[in-house]
Amino acid sequence: MTVDDRFAGDADERFTDRTSHGRRNEPTIGPVTDWATDFDHLDDAWAADPYEIQDDLRQRCPVAHTDRFGGGWLPTRYEDVAAVAYDSDRFSSRSVVMSNFRSDVALAPAGGTPPITSDPPFHHGARKLLLPAFTRTAIAALEPATRAYCHELLDGLGGSSEIDAAVDYAQHIPMRAISDMLGFPPEDGPEFAGFVASVLEGINLPLTERLEGIGALFHYLSAQIDDHLAHPREDLTSYLIDAELDGEKLDAFHVAGTMGLLLVAGIDTTWSAIGASLWHLAGHPGDRERLVAEPALLPTAVEELLRAYAPVTMARLVREDMTWGGVEMKGEDWLLLSFPAANRDPAQFERADEVVIDREVNRHAAFGLGIHRCLGSHLARMELRVALEVWLERHPTFSLADPDAVTWSHGQVRGPRRLPLKIG
Amino acid sequence: MKVHVDPARCQGHGRCYDLAPQFFASDDEGYGSERNGGVIPDGQEHEAQVAAMNCPEMAIDVEQ
Repeated sequence: MTVDDRFAGDADERFTDRTSHGRRNEPTIGPVTDWATDFDHLDDAWAADPYEIQDDLRQRCPVAHTDRFGGGWLPTRYEDVAAVAYDSDRFSSRSVVMSNFRSDVALAPAGGTPPITSDPPFHHGARKLLLPAFTRTAIAALEPATRAYCHELLDGLGGSSEIDAAVDYAQHIPMRAISDMLGFPPEDGPEFAGFVASVLEGINLPLTERLEGIGALFHYLSAQIDDHLAHPREDLTSYLIDAELDGEKLDAFHVAGTMGLLLVAGIDTTWSAIGASLWHLAGHPGDRERLVAEPALLPTAVEELLRAYAPVTMARLVREDMTWGGVEMKGEDWLLLSFPAANRDPAQFERADEVVIDREVNRHAAFGLGIHRCLGSHLARMELRVALEVWLERHPTFSLADPDAVTWSHGQVRGPRRLPLKIG
Repeated sequence: MKVHVDPARCQGHGRCYDLAPQFFASDDEGYGSERNGGVIPDGQEHEAQVAAMNCPEMAIDVEQ
């Protein structure tokens, strides 16, 4: 085994230590008093139906504010969301999960999990390294295995008359795809769900608990790096260990941070998109029947389901005090970048609040806009299309077993976490 | 009709080469560009137009 000093010693302890420094706020709890002045994306009402809240804000107060999380802003118009996404000079990506913790300024410009937490000019090179593995052509090679796995999942459920499509189907598909790409053992899937929960849904947990979860993630990644150092192979982990940026190998934090990003960002986002799409089809028999009858319409339908149920909301940090969109922002304020709200702006989309399954022109922002366009968008689209294709082929008739039993995730990634469907 | 993908605006969403692979191609990093100098044969304008109108970054210029 070649000695690689970058990963020597207690690497996972260093990773955890590095990611735990930053500014912390005491959590503000209790119900939202007014969404325009006290919004909270962790509130149960937001998880249950954010669209009604966003539509109301868009009309009366296009940029909402909150003192929670140490202060933050929420634009709801497409044009404002786009303006922020394009403005990396005034809005930093150093922290992208709006919570009571802002990562250390010392982590800039890479941030903890490059390139999503990176700002220009560092961002460009860090992203460029990853692009070839995620092109549509590269992803197309993974389609047969994804399709076979979708069938395998449904085979395993036999002739059940009720299936929890979130727990027993949707979540497993992206877990398998990304763990194959990173070269992690497929049986580790259940552990990944815990990591995702800590990073993205754990923002309402006490901070020490959330950081423990993040520590467990880096401990896992560290073990995977060691295994890949000892046994290099053709996967993204070995690729990152060997990759160079400006003639130098990546530092250990960059390698582990990017691996963590790919693992976490690749899972619950697509899991949410598959779940939300099946939820929609379960409740809209007309759309479901049309897709069963016209499978060729599926790629168009996928875009509309992504628009209407965009799973991902991002966050930015305001760099310096400024007046923006008619409000006074302070440096280090959060900016919650709601692509779901942008996607339902009637100024940008006709019949914005309806799912128009054959919408021909659909310039939605589900994968973001600007330099941080979702790296995994081609992977996500392939997984979503194949997951729906296989499901509709195997179970063309299904409905919600119990609408009240459906639960939705809290936080910046929205999708069903329990979705019992009645088959037949 | 002629189309042109502006590389300064393209972010690699890939909608153009997904919807109209006969007129647009992907490079090794997923960024789009026009094929055949961007010339769209008569009668096929609609498909090129739809691809352009689906670009989230509005990176495709269309010349009639």
